Amino acid sequence: MQTVTADITAHIAHLANLPLTPDQIEKYAPQLNSVLEYTQQASMLSTDGVAETSQVTGLENILREDVVERSRMFTQEEALSNAHRTHNGYFVVPALLQE
Amino acid sequence: METQNYNLICGIEIHVELRTASKMFCGCVNDPFGAQKPNIYTCPVCLGMPGALPVANKKAIEWTIRIGHALGCEINLFSKFDRKHYFYPDLPKGYQISQYDQPLCVNGLVKTEFGDVRITRIHLEEDTGKLVHQEVNGEKVSLVDFNRSSVPLVEIVTEPDIHSPQQAKAYAKKIHQIIRALHVSDADMEKGSMRLEANISMQGIGDREQGILPQYKVEVKNLNSFRFVEKAIQYEMKRQAELLEKNETPKQETRGWNEAKQHTFPQRSKESAEDYRYFPDPDLPPMRFTREYVEQLKKDLPELPEATIERWQKEFGIKENDAKILADDIEHKTVLDVLWSTAKDRHVDTAKLASLLVNKKIIVDFGISTYIEEALTAMEVLSSTMTIANDVLIAAINEVIAANPKAVVDYKARKTAVIGFFIGAVSKKLGKVDSNQVRNAVQEMLR
Amino acid sequence: MLLDLSLSELAKGLREHRFSSVDLVNECYDQIEKLNGTLNALITIIPKEEALASAQKADKELTPDASPLFGLPYVLKDSYVTKGIKTTAASNVLKDFIPQFDATVYTKLQQSGAILIGKANMDAWGHGASAENSDFGPVKNPWDDTRVSGGSTGGCAVAIATRMCAFAIGEDTGGSIRNPSAWCGTTGLKVTYGRVSRFGCIAYASSFDTVGPMAKLAEDCAIVLQAIAGVDPFDASSSPQPVEIYNDQLKSRKKLRIGIAKETLQEGVDTEIVTAVELAKETFKSMGHEIIELSMPLLDFGVAVYYQIAPSETSSNLARYDGVRFGGGRDLFTDENKRRIMIGTYALSTGYADKFYHNAQKARTLFIKEYEKAFSKCDVLLLPVTPFHAPRLGELINEPLKNALADRFTTTQNPVGIPSLALPAGFSSEGLPIGVQLTGPMFSEHILFQLAQQFQEKTDYHQRKPKGIE
Repeated sequence: MQTVTADITAHIAHLANLPLTPDQIEKYAPQLNSVLEYTQQASMLSTDGVAETSQVTGLENILREDVVERSRMFTQEEALSNAHRTHNGYFVVPALLQE
Repeated sequence: METQNYNLICGIEIHVELRTASKMFCGCVNDPFGAQKPNIYTCPVCLGMPGALPVANKKAIEWTIRIGHALGCEINLFSKFDRKHYFYPDLPKGYQISQYDQPLCVNGLVKTEFGDVRITRIHLEEDTGKLVHQEVNGEKVSLVDFNRSSVPLVEIVTEPDIHSPQQAKAYAKKIHQIIRALHVSDADMEKGSMRLEANISMQGIGDREQGILPQYKVEVKNLNSFRFVEKAIQYEMKRQAELLEKNETPKQETRGWNEAKQHTFPQRSKESAEDYRYFPDPDLPPMRFTREYVEQLKKDLPELPEATIERWQKEFGIKENDAKILADDIEHKTVLDVLWSTAKDRHVDTAKLASLLVNKKIIVDFGISTYIEEALTAMEVLSSTMTIANDVLIAAINEVIAANPKAVVDYKARKTAVIGFFIGAVSKKLGKVDSNQVRNAVQEMLR
Repeated sequence: MLLDLSLSELAKGLREHRFSSVDLVNECYDQIEKLNGTLNALITIIPKEEALASAQKADKELTPDASPLFGLPYVLKDSYVTKGIKTTAASNVLKDFIPQFDATVYTKLQQSGAILIGKANMDAWGHGASAENSDFGPVKNPWDDTRVSGGSTGGCAVAIATRMCAFAIGEDTGGSIRNPSAWCGTTGLKVTYGRVSRFGCIAYASSFDTVGPMAKLAEDCAIVLQAIAGVDPFDASSSPQPVEIYNDQLKSRKKLRIGIAKETLQEGVDTEIVTAVELAKETFKSMGHEIIELSMPLLDFGVAVYYQIAPSETSSNLARYDGVRFGGGRDLFTDENKRRIMIGTYALSTGYADKFYHNAQKARTLFIKEYEKAFSKCDVLLLPVTPFHAPRLGELINEPLKNALADRFTTTQNPVGIPSLALPAGFSSEGLPIGVQLTGPMFSEHILFQLAQQFQEKTDYHQRKPKGIE
């Protein structure tokens, strides 16, 4: 396995949208490395030709009819009730570059 | 022209919002354009609240299969939803539920007058919220509205089979027409319920012979009219060819079309690092369809515009061009069909009726129940006015001649401009008349 | 204490007016006032007046055919959303979050007439085996408050052991119900995946997460499961399979084949824990059940596979916490949260997904086959819950690997989906509880209850209480 360097850690943190300080990156890199290295035991299992399992229920076609469920819908006030910042019924985020 | 040395290689991605009653993964109202206020059609699921779980809308799945059938696709009997990860404030869960390696439909074909376009895949996903960029108390911010969040969105992806801007436009128009005929979406490009993206690159003539594909691809987004698609591709062809002539490889990037400046421009990518980390959504059991079910959906397809045009020509003798124009008006296809049949039963010339409608000589309100009588009466009146008019016209012209002998003399002296006087005088007597008809009649009578 | 009684005895006592729901609620609050300050089991405590008002109402409205949970006080792990009641998942990210909707399990318990009195502390987002990794401080073990309670559902186990409630709802992704049950001397069930709706359960790893009952004894867990099990239209992964009538099954004394995999009693497992399993084996044998020795070599890979899939899913599930619609920013995640998010992001990223995520999903198929093979030879497996006793506070923090190894025997059931019940089966020389677990095939909860009930009729481990709980 490739060693998880500070650079890789920084890249992963960026992908995961985690704001990390250089100190944190230095701290996490060896920890991630040890866990990932441990999990590499799994590559000893012979998985060639084995199908993947991503769900265990065996369920299929569990769908809903196209019906509006008003009772589950939030009022605008409810929708916004946990937001730190709102304006005229909108959630507010720092300006994104306009395209 | 630099573009002569290169061939266009272009594939198109079309996104269509389905007009189901409820959203893709929850029971919220699906009407983002009709919403009077922001954030009024939301619930735990489409707001991505902690602990909320999606459940897929059956109708949206059926409609996607319908689209697949209409575009000649194979329908995958096993399909599933996957999570596509990226961070953006209009994407509430930090991932979009989409389809990765097992889309609902694959391998279709759409014919255009400029050549066939193969469909790679059609998959079903959820739309994002909407961002509004604004200043609030002097601070530049972005506002987020989740009314559109999780509205069912179908993506239709083609192979790079498009070789001219005209073909791109024809393809887009055709998809638009078919989607409208299927009654699954408004496909309104201006509002954004149908959105277009073109992947454009240029291949050197020599490369083509050797089968070498371009090493780059420029994605042009936000093409919200058929004309823009054509123009953006034209612009890109020229821009890329110019770079290639200078031995530069155009940058692989996403660009937008600026209609005011008539050019494409580089857009900042949403995610600076694209690694979507797809995996099957554990919250949504996969879909498995029987062949019978899929075939039944095919049988239930409404008649597509191409078939309508052909049938109208064959059954009612309507001219091809008129049929094409009228078949485009999907909303009135059924009423037109009834009109043609009734007209045919009453021995009315349906071809003529169609032409009159196309040329707006007859204007009918198809919204009212008596539209058939209205249309046929209008046609009768129009036709009778034209035949009877000849007697009336001759009488009127005779009156004018009798009252204005000088004009007759002038005309005979080759002062042909006097014909205008006759047209004016006849109009005074009969009201609005066809000037050509008057001219012909006067010329005939004074010959 | 009234709350020493089983749920069926409590239900009977209420109907016979030997005591009231108000008495029970008062007893809970006495315990909370006395102990929560030290043990830190609850993050949110429902105001006493509110709980008492509910109890008074219950006392008035109790009918003979009411749910056995009617008027009984309970605690929810703080990973279940409760409308109008702060829900944190023990994370600063959600420290002010007041949900606008209810989890299905909460709705069902409200309908049964049970009385919510608190939201229990846990490892933030379920990430941990010690309940120390909480932004609200570590949960401490009532048997020795220098030790951890186990996790992630530590607060619930402590609340049951100290009689702060009659029962609790935990959540198990890789041992989160079973591990604290073992270390606190209580009984807890990881249900078959899909048996109980996950709607409103704050997701850790969606394809592993299960919502399950925790209480003093197996019979209690059966009563609670009866109230919360069943298909839910809001959770597409919930099972439409009919729910057994567990109470009817409890009385069955069918002779069963109990399997013991030799890999679960090998090196690295505390000898006192091995002894407890051996003793339990003898107890079951004495009841006429057959013991089958078998080998399940794949179990040794459980933690490795778990630590590829669970972090992958959690990196996705925690992506929604961006501070826009609710909660604070992503900088507020704990070290352990960030580590797991990053491990998962790595395991799913281009170039590594095949080696990590996809390979682990294939290994999962092998686990399913391994268990299928075992269940062709036996009806139920008996194995330890943890390889060691409750560690001292701080021992597992920043030791991600040791933390992971605490889950050695609890991480293979979740990828397979099968149920497993942890129950008290002894004490260490230092007086710390030891748990064993009974693992069965999909939807075999009724069989696990049956066996555990027989065991608890014969033993008294589940009746012992930490010092000072009187």
